[in-house]
Amino acid sequence: MKNILSIARRELSSYFDSPIAYLVVSVYVILSGSLFFWPLFVGGQADMRGFFGIAPLLLFIMVPFLTMRLIAEERAQGTLELLLTMPITDWEVVLGKFTAVLGLLGVLILLTFSFPISVASIGPLDKGATFAAYLGMFMLAGTYAAIGVMASAFTRNQIVAALIALFIGFGLYIVQHVLAPMLPPELGRIATAMSVDGHYESIARGVIDLRDVLYFVTLSGGCLLIAQASLESRRWR
Amino acid sequence: MSTDAQPHPEPSRTSDRVMIHVDRLMKTYGAARPAVAGISFDVRAGEVLGFLGPNGAGKTTTMKMLTSFLAPTSGRAEIAGRDIYADSLEVRKCVGFLPEDTPLYKDMTVLEYLEFVCEIRSVDRAVRQKRLRRAVDQCGLGDRLGSLIGELSKGYRQRVGLAQAIIHEPEVLILDEPTSGLDPNQIVEIRSVIKSIGESKTVIFSTHVMQEVQATCSRVLIIADGKIVADGTPSELSRRASGLSEILVEVGGARCDSDSPRQLLEHVDGIASIEALPKEGGGARFRILAKAGADPRADIANVLVTANDLELLQLTPTRASLEEVFRKLTTTDAGRA
Repeated sequence: MKNILSIARRELSSYFDSPIAYLVVSVYVILSGSLFFWPLFVGGQADMRGFFGIAPLLLFIMVPFLTMRLIAEERAQGTLELLLTMPITDWEVVLGKFTAVLGLLGVLILLTFSFPISVASIGPLDKGATFAAYLGMFMLAGTYAAIGVMASAFTRNQIVAALIALFIGFGLYIVQHVLAPMLPPELGRIATAMSVDGHYESIARGVIDLRDVLYFVTLSGGCLLIAQASLESRRWR
Repeated sequence: MSTDAQPHPEPSRTSDRVMIHVDRLMKTYGAARPAVAGISFDVRAGEVLGFLGPNGAGKTTTMKMLTSFLAPTSGRAEIAGRDIYADSLEVRKCVGFLPEDTPLYKDMTVLEYLEFVCEIRSVDRAVRQKRLRRAVDQCGLGDRLGSLIGELSKGYRQRVGLAQAIIHEPEVLILDEPTSGLDPNQIVEIRSVIKSIGESKTVIFSTHVMQEVQATCSRVLIIADGKIVADGTPSELSRRASGLSEILVEVGGARCDSDSPRQLLEHVDGIASIEALPKEGGGARFRILAKAGADPRADIANVLVTANDLELLQLTPTRASLEEVFRKLTTTDAGRA
């Protein structure tokens, strides 16, 4: 546990030393902010739906840029070798890195709390639904983060890591929106059950279903385990 | 290691206690010939072992296995009585490692980095400041603590690498090419750091530079094609190199050409071969290889000076350098020397 936090702390401070974190965070806040405030000023409509609706798309595009360097860079620089010869397990390294992104994503999501607060100051806010949607968003972000960590463990090239994560994220996104409507209804349901979006949407509607939570936890956990296996594979070869 | 149930008594400096035990260690990448082909050796506590070999001989792979980064294909090794594979975390606690090319986090300052290492290495908070200061002093980093590692010179980066390897006061230090890429002054500095560390610890370091071994090591292991081809102290290896010792002879005087002394020398017993060396001005220079066990120096002086009245300017015994040993052992298929 201590090791996980040490890794996470180092990783977080390294985020704030590099421009990419600031870039991603500000792009995210500006984009989602404009999506939120546009209907508010133009249409006079204070609504969280637009913001929560676009969140999955924004996250799956942006998270890979935050996760790409996590392990790939250490591989390329050789620092991974030094780290893994210290008394720390591969699993602690993976979890430490994951915790760092999770922390950063937490900050990023916290910054958007200004939206529901401004809605609440204008009119009634469905507090329960908003809370649920934020929870869903955080789990969604966490899942993309786990996918990103996994992709970063596969390669020493950060760009390749980002592309792998984007590709997987894109795949999980389109099964519902593109694939599901084309399939026969039974298969379509399975496709929807597999896609990230369906589970997010059902939480975002304000219903915290254990199955949805389980989906995110399993998917993230699975990705992190694969990341760990990928680190450990140096000892099998 | 007071908790260790070793049958040996407490170690003194170079004791009989085996610190590193390597037994038929082998590593094969893919189906190609093995990178390390079943090597065995022991390193006693307090020894400074030079791991010598051409590039690609298997030095780095061996070190990666000893530090538990890679698993051996077959064979085993123990450090401080613990198996490098089964007891990997414990082994890593008592080993300090500096990988080739000194990989460090360039976006951290020296102090931040060393503190991070202390955390991962679980250096007790109560002694952390003391350990930090000692490592920093020993590696001469005092005036660079606030610098970003990425902005340091190669020499200073190497010192940071050494500092991180000794900060937890490990019993065993494994250094992979600690002086490569440094300028001569930096090499001397790093060597002296290694030497001072080696006074209290067991050290293995790899290099392909011969002088380094002569300057720093108490024992040399020469490795080629994944096999150990020689094992001994630097001077033992030089002596063993050819069984021949070398004598440099310089003869002067106006009436001396290069042929007459050569003919004289050919009649001296105990000389295996004579090689004429270039010499400016008059006189001649020869490199003479003596036969095993023979010392023809007195005879050489006699035949040149006493019998023929030549001017003997130089008569110097030299030992075959480690470089020659190295070249000999690693370029032929001689196997064990």
